[in-house]
Amino acid sequence: MKNLEMRQVYTETILALAEKDQKVVALEADLASSMGTSKLKEQLGKHYINVGIMEAEEMGAAAGLAVTGFTPFIHTFAPFATRRSFDQVFLSLGYAKNHAVIVGTDPGVTAEMNGGTHMPFEDVALMRVIPGNNIYEVSDPYQFKAILEYAHTAKGLFYIRTIRKQATSLYTGEEDFSKGYVKLKEGTAGTIFASGIMVEEALQAAVDLEEQGISVQVIDLFRIKPMNEEIVIEAAKMGPVVTAENHNVIGGLGSAVAEIVAENHPVKMKRIGVKEQFGQVGKMEYLKEVYGLKAVDISKAMSELNR
Amino acid sequence: MDTQKFADQIRFYTMKELDNLGFGHFGGSLSIVETLAVLYGNVMNVSPEKKDDPDRDYFVLSKGHAGPALYATLFLKGYFDEGFLYSLNQNGTNLPSHPDRIKTPGVDMTTGSLGQGISAATGIAKGNQLLGKSNYTYAIVGDGELNEGQCWEAFQFAAHQKLDHLIVLIDDNKKQLDGYTTDICDPFDFVEKMQAFGFSSWRVDGSDVDAIEAAIDQAKQVKGKPTAIVLDTVKGQGVPYLEELVDNHHIRPDEAAKAAIKEAIVTLAEKIEVNPQ
Repeated sequence: MKNLEMRQVYTETILALAEKDQKVVALEADLASSMGTSKLKEQLGKHYINVGIMEAEEMGAAAGLAVTGFTPFIHTFAPFATRRSFDQVFLSLGYAKNHAVIVGTDPGVTAEMNGGTHMPFEDVALMRVIPGNNIYEVSDPYQFKAILEYAHTAKGLFYIRTIRKQATSLYTGEEDFSKGYVKLKEGTAGTIFASGIMVEEALQAAVDLEEQGISVQVIDLFRIKPMNEEIVIEAAKMGPVVTAENHNVIGGLGSAVAEIVAENHPVKMKRIGVKEQFGQVGKMEYLKEVYGLKAVDISKAMSELNR
Repeated sequence: MDTQKFADQIRFYTMKELDNLGFGHFGGSLSIVETLAVLYGNVMNVSPEKKDDPDRDYFVLSKGHAGPALYATLFLKGYFDEGFLYSLNQNGTNLPSHPDRIKTPGVDMTTGSLGQGISAATGIAKGNQLLGKSNYTYAIVGDGELNEGQCWEAFQFAAHQKLDHLIVLIDDNKKQLDGYTTDICDPFDFVEKMQAFGFSSWRVDGSDVDAIEAAIDQAKQVKGKPTAIVLDTVKGQGVPYLEELVDNHHIRPDEAAKAAIKEAIVTLAEKIEVNPQ
């Protein structure tokens, strides 16, 4: 599991779920080669449906399948799963209260060479405004598997944001993911909340801050909606808060945390993320620098708040 | 069942329901009355008792603004009482303008954002195909609605998946909100287009219940591909005053129209032998 790519986790988990449940179907919109879901095609047979390059139909057909009692797992790149087919996701799945699991891949700068057209900094913001929707940004293979399994049994609409390739392993598989967060490092001078690829940067920032004599806690806040309010309030009561996300600072993790903090225990906060910018082509490390998504950006923000 | 009489009943209650509200989608509701009468009167295996039966047939009103006609039909089928029918669009109602599968008994899919219902219908038909069932999924799509690109995505999917238990009924009433379909975005020939998209398709008189029923019987003989029956209809069908009204998509009746609507309700009541009140 530790060395698995996230796309392999997706395929393996769906196969295991389908073995137990005849009502699992997987929908793909001509990205099977990118997602490595050919094994799903082989083993799920008719329960694997590649609709072609038509995301609106992918969401609509999934809604119909849900009406007949199936649990659809829907994959496409994150921008197509959200902004391209937003009305279909909102109405046919969300408003119509159909149980479905949408997996949006290559979020934010991880779209790398596909560039600005394919680089979603807004998918979480869009999905957050769908009432009752569940939103996760996963950072680790074990976590991804656990959330897919939970989304299969739970009812309602799920949006899971993940990279396709290998993620940094943070967990062992023994963790309890049911609270929607995992505390990865203890600290007393403040909190860094991060999700996805930013968790690794947050951990590095915490190490750098320790060297400056600032001890902060790091929390992988992977369940963006419904967010665990208690942990956010608890953190605010302890000290300043910094959020780190591979997404626009408007509408994503940082906004969600800020709303809870502002309404419950106002405290100084800084949001690390993309600020009013579109995407562009580039390698991940370059893009992280361009958009200010590095550990140094996080540690700088936290040390400023601790001044 | 006397299908024509059932159609007259649906028309009567659709008119009463909209008259009670005072305004609404008269035109596109009335053009599908005969089709609903055939489907719910003679063709579909559905009833309030069978609502949880997985072998029943499914219906999706993709042109969701015609909800009032569907609601009149569902009332006549016994899904709810007459009082519920007049809760149309009232504050806090469970009978909203556009169909809602969660709120209204008998509604299989939430529709109203045009183009989405037909996609859901393909999913329902696909689900039943996967389950190896022989039940049918029917979808009524509007001619104006076919402006939406999503419909054509859905048709490609349906043909590729060989959804021969999906029967699409195109309500070709020739008008959309802003005028004649040919003036706004010429749809050309629906039959030719549907055939080009891999459907079995032909045109029938959408005001003739026997012709519609025969067409559905014929559609059920088609194997290996979906069917699209193009219904030749008139917006405001069956109510001469509304048929002649040029702007008859969504009507806020003036005094003359109100009187004509009341008169039509009385005429329909006589036809089906009920009290117009």
